[in-house]
Amino acid sequence: MSKPIQTITMPKWGLAMDEGMVVDWLVEEGAEVAAGAEILEIETTKITNVFESPVGGTLRRRLVAEGEVAPVGALLGVVADASVADAEIDAFVERFQAEFAVAVEAAAESAALEPETIQVGGQRINYLKTGEGPPLVLIHGFGGDLNNWLFNQPALSESHGVYALDLPGHGRSGKALGATGMAMLADLLGGFMDALEIDAAHLVGHSMGGALGLAFALERPARVKSLTLIAPGGLGPEINMDFIDGFIAAGRRKEMKAVLELLVADPSLISRDMVNDVLKYKRLDGVEPALRGIAEAIFPGGRQEAVPAGHLAKLAVPAQAIWGRQDKILPAQHAEALPQSVAVHLLDNVGHMPHMEAAAEVNRLIAALAG
Amino acid sequence: MAKKSYRQAINEALAQEMRRDPTVIVMGEDNAGGMGAPGEDDAWGGVLGVTKGLMPEFGRERVLDTPISESSFIGAAVGAAATGLRPVAELMFVDFMGVCFDQIYNQAGKFRYMFGGKAVTPLVIRTMYGAGFRAASQHSQCLYPVFTHTPGLKVVLPSSPYEAKGLLIQAIRDDDPVIFFEHKVLYDEEEEVPDEPYTIPFGEANLTREGDDVTIVAFGRMVGFANQVADKLEKQGISCTVLDPRTTSPLDSDSILECVEETGRLVVVDEASPRCNMATDISALVAENAFGALKAPIRMVTPPHTPVPFAPELEDLYIPSPDKIEAAVRSVMAHGG
Repeated sequence: MSKPIQTITMPKWGLAMDEGMVVDWLVEEGAEVAAGAEILEIETTKITNVFESPVGGTLRRRLVAEGEVAPVGALLGVVADASVADAEIDAFVERFQAEFAVAVEAAAESAALEPETIQVGGQRINYLKTGEGPPLVLIHGFGGDLNNWLFNQPALSESHGVYALDLPGHGRSGKALGATGMAMLADLLGGFMDALEIDAAHLVGHSMGGALGLAFALERPARVKSLTLIAPGGLGPEINMDFIDGFIAAGRRKEMKAVLELLVADPSLISRDMVNDVLKYKRLDGVEPALRGIAEAIFPGGRQEAVPAGHLAKLAVPAQAIWGRQDKILPAQHAEALPQSVAVHLLDNVGHMPHMEAAAEVNRLIAALAG
Repeated sequence: MAKKSYRQAINEALAQEMRRDPTVIVMGEDNAGGMGAPGEDDAWGGVLGVTKGLMPEFGRERVLDTPISESSFIGAAVGAAATGLRPVAELMFVDFMGVCFDQIYNQAGKFRYMFGGKAVTPLVIRTMYGAGFRAASQHSQCLYPVFTHTPGLKVVLPSSPYEAKGLLIQAIRDDDPVIFFEHKVLYDEEEEVPDEPYTIPFGEANLTREGDDVTIVAFGRMVGFANQVADKLEKQGISCTVLDPRTTSPLDSDSILECVEETGRLVVVDEASPRCNMATDISALVAENAFGALKAPIRMVTPPHTPVPFAPELEDLYIPSPDKIEAAVRSVMAHGG
């Protein structure tokens, strides 16, 4: 049996991405590449990120040159053992390109992936479901939305039924809030899972969504199969209120850009489109009062209400925490409050958004815990 | 989030503000239509159907069909604004301003200043402008520079459906008189527009493209052309910033100057007649405040100084086109290495 020929194709990072530009190849043709190694840098209108090879072997062909734009799913490179004949690879590429052209036409006719809405306790909740398998719920942080998971949801969907939701007051979910505290959010999460008939799920929560995941796992352990906390809230009193207050107050591009740059270790990650998208959300009627209400309930007086150590010790589900050492919003030292049973992964050169700044590593850690 | 046309986005903004605030009213020629003709109610919704559907929901008390007399109904709208309502009056074509201009620039635009800041005039005048509709020289002009010239008026030029909805809701909630310019060729343009109400602040330019080589400042319909050119030239190694000021009064001078400081080259695209228009205004702003940053002469892409021609071939030639914008960008790229 001949050795397999494997493909590197243009990933889809987020609902709005339909093409990307190859900025930089990091591996030469003919060189070995390991699965998970950085292979090329891709730029979309939203973001530039390093793409890690999903496969390992010899990079036999680079089919899209640096500076060229290619649609999602397009063949960027071919990986195969050095023993595979050139003619075989050329035939494979030709076949792929012909089939891809047909697939693109078919995809244009089928409906695009769209979020759906359901009512949970009288609140309109927007969510995006992808993939099939054991349920996994992604919970964004303060001011975020389901698009924060653009680098994670596609990868996790290969093994799980992934639900990314917009919390109340966020994204395209309802903006009129009654209660705004953690208890409301925990009830909402329970109601969301009920409405979608999810008995128990793997939870992945970022920042305020991490605090929510933690509170939920402590209260309702039977509904949580595993818990991944990404730069979570709720583990110590300190929080950078320059970010929280600045995010609530910022109405203009420059102000918002400066606030968003606090989130990441490398500020060049914050693109014009990303700032515009956040401003579009911030301009919606009801967003500012909703965010103010949530901030007042969850960060009263500029402090977080931390879960007491005695209570934390009762955490009964498999759990891990992932934190960037350059986090400027919540200090990584908060991870020390976690019980011994919780593995803590500290990432270098990463800020408050590990799931965007080190997506491949975070995806591997989530997949490993959520099996 | 659904795709909506520029026309639908404006209609939705009006309907949502009328639902939110009972003092918002709409008035103009045939804003509903069919007055007194059984079975013809709401037959028009304005000459191009923008206000259709408002009268059946809000009634003739809040959707007023006026006589064909701009001097009377624009005056009535100014008075209504001064006495507690938030009228949105439709001046069908801005070309008709000639018969009602005193009410706008001498009355509405002056009240706040002449009454010691104690009077507010929360008036919106929606009006159609622009060439390309085969509507001849009395229905095709871009008269926004005239209003921009007048202190006390705010002047808005939405360039797309998303912009139109957010800027119109802002205009209705604003306590000053706002002249809201709708380009008649854009009404069927579509893009994603949130269902929820939202506002876009006045006086903040929208950075629609970001580049290193040339800054293109464009207004209204010209923003789309400038984006097309920027996308095309990007592939050929010329990277352009495109700035849509959104409002000509107030004007986001800071963003314009900052972009020119970064790129060192400026092209201004303005569909208004070339003398004393936004292109000359912005050129003067940059020449006075960022002269040292310029690597090339400023280029203005405008129509010639003539009335808008009726012959279709001439009208097409008259309007600034993507080709002319591209040529201007290439000409400034010849300077400064």
